[in-house]
Amino acid sequence: MSDHTENQENYWKANVRLIFGCLIVWALVSYGFGILLRPMLAGIEVGGTDLGFWFAQQGSIISFIGLVFFYAWRMNALDKEFGLEE
Amino acid sequence: MSQFTINLLFVGASFALYFGIAIWARAGSTKEFYVAGGGVHPVMNGMATAADWMSAASFISMAGLIAAGGYANSTFLMGWTGGYVLLAMLLAPYLRKFGKFTVPDFIGDRFYSRTARLVAVACLIIASVTYVIGQMTGAGVAFSRFLEVDKDTGLIIAAVVVFFYAVLGGMKGITYTQVAQYCVLIVAYTIPAVFISLQLTDTFIPAIGLFSEHTQSGMPLLQKLDEVVRELGFRDYTADVDNKLNMVLFTLSLMIGTAGLPHVIIRFFTVPKVADARWSAGWALVFIALLYLTAPAVASMARLNLMTTIYPEGPTANSIAYDERPDWIQTWEQTGLIKYEDKNGDGRIQFYNDTPAFAEEATARGWAGNELTVNRDILVLANPEIANLPGWVIGLIAAGGLAAALSTAAGLLLAISSAVSHDLIKGSINPDITEKGELLAARVSMFFAIIIATYLGMNPPGFAAQVVALAFGIAAASIFPALMMGIFSKRVNSKGAVLGMLAGLGCTLVYIFTYLGWFFIPGTNTLANTPDNWLFGVSPLSFGAIGAVINFAVAFIVSNMTEEVPQDVQDLVESVRYPKGAGGAVDH
Repeated sequence: MSDHTENQENYWKANVRLIFGCLIVWALVSYGFGILLRPMLAGIEVGGTDLGFWFAQQGSIISFIGLVFFYAWRMNALDKEFGLEE
Repeated sequence: MSQFTINLLFVGASFALYFGIAIWARAGSTKEFYVAGGGVHPVMNGMATAADWMSAASFISMAGLIAAGGYANSTFLMGWTGGYVLLAMLLAPYLRKFGKFTVPDFIGDRFYSRTARLVAVACLIIASVTYVIGQMTGAGVAFSRFLEVDKDTGLIIAAVVVFFYAVLGGMKGITYTQVAQYCVLIVAYTIPAVFISLQLTDTFIPAIGLFSEHTQSGMPLLQKLDEVVRELGFRDYTADVDNKLNMVLFTLSLMIGTAGLPHVIIRFFTVPKVADARWSAGWALVFIALLYLTAPAVASMARLNLMTTIYPEGPTANSIAYDERPDWIQTWEQTGLIKYEDKNGDGRIQFYNDTPAFAEEATARGWAGNELTVNRDILVLANPEIANLPGWVIGLIAAGGLAAALSTAAGLLLAISSAVSHDLIKGSINPDITEKGELLAARVSMFFAIIIATYLGMNPPGFAAQVVALAFGIAAASIFPALMMGIFSKRVNSKGAVLGMLAGLGCTLVYIFTYLGWFFIPGTNTLANTPDNWLFGVSPLSFGAIGAVINFAVAFIVSNMTEEVPQDVQDLVESVRYPKGAGGAVDH
């Protein structure tokens, strides 16, 4: 068990890469579209206000759900691919 | 049937359900008491996590906060959901793989240090106790309003109910009651929201109604709301925020704090496998989002409803006469949560933003000051009455508010009692304690935790409003970074972790105390709590994120200057990273 194999190393690197990608999207939809980039998106109208407002009150939450399920699905697949599932 | 009887019926029926579950799900072993035997289905756990997480603050106060602040308070929506992304990817699966009972368990083993474990216990207890006070007072208020008893009696009823199912059932009893409580609270929240959305926009999904046309005026709802509040001197509801740095840091503090709250983390110890922990975080977020996507709609619609109640002919025409005010205003006036004072003696209710910028227009209209104060917290509770919904909806809201407060209180009390019985008694004072003895110790510490929480709920320290900020600050600055480094770094050693936690915690506390008073004693603050005084415009409530950065930095610097992590601990880190082989790498 304790032997630190290349397989395990690659699995962990794949996991960290995946997390990194997911967190970029996570930051983009909330801190990006919802807060900092809101003035840039002010021209895109959504139901009486702008896209930034929608992301701050709806879009970010919906994206978070997508991200967590995507991560769970990808990781559970990676577990099998690397033969490391429980 | 009177409203009181209906409320009693709804609340009584929901309590009977919780008691039934408690008797059915008694805990027989420490494993059942701490982690519900580790066999909870991921969807069930998601639902229980949602109830665990959504407190009286989410159910009662959040919509009111958003209604008052508009876009600026979207921070709560993003902050209290975005934390689950961090939890799902950075903590939950690995801590589930670690497979022990408490958060300090992991910190103690990973940093091979009793000091680290004790620091974690201290952070956990401070964060959870401050958080539980708010839940107990929330339950007390809900009882007193709906069951017409005084606040303290309400609180004692709440304590007895929690005592019964939490002490008896431990995590197992709490889990299944939380599932039931989630169902009660989400139905209670959604039904009035759907009716109000239909009345205002002809759309039955509130989250879509928020961005639809306001039927009466033919304008988009949010534009109509902006227009109405602007006429009365308030900031536009959708207006952008100037201090973006503070908004980002506040959201980040809430997210990191959410991911670091021990009572939420331990919920993920109850599922059978690592893969389940990942799915379960997703389900938790789905169930939380059902309320969080509805809340902003409730906020804006309730604000518009309130404005049109006071100004039935539009904000530029006369407001309503006090004698013609609707029944719900009268009901809530009795509780003192709505107050009216006829300052200009015209017998009408003037409700506007009393600021120097609006003074000229106010004088021109013959107004002598804002005459109505409305407590933000009544928005959700009064919603069914504002929208003229039948009495049973009000009964449902009563049961829902109580479910939200009790489910969170129970989760927090479990986190506190397991830290005391497992980490303090078994981990430090008496390691040879038998399984039976530990189970008894867990129940006794739960009992005392409830007594203390009830006492603090009855005599809330003057800073009740700030303590939640403190809980998030502590979780963000101490617990989250320690856990994350424990999993993602093999280099951080015990000295680094302990000093990191203390530095993050210390800086956060000092920053909060500087502006809110030392140990929250009013009047002892070093600097006035105004934006001009804040360091770089960062409010004390937003400091948790900076505390976390300090924690990370100190831990890395100290670790790199001191010894390597022992091989067996490095093996432990390896073992939590891979789902395969439960515990194998630790034992060799």
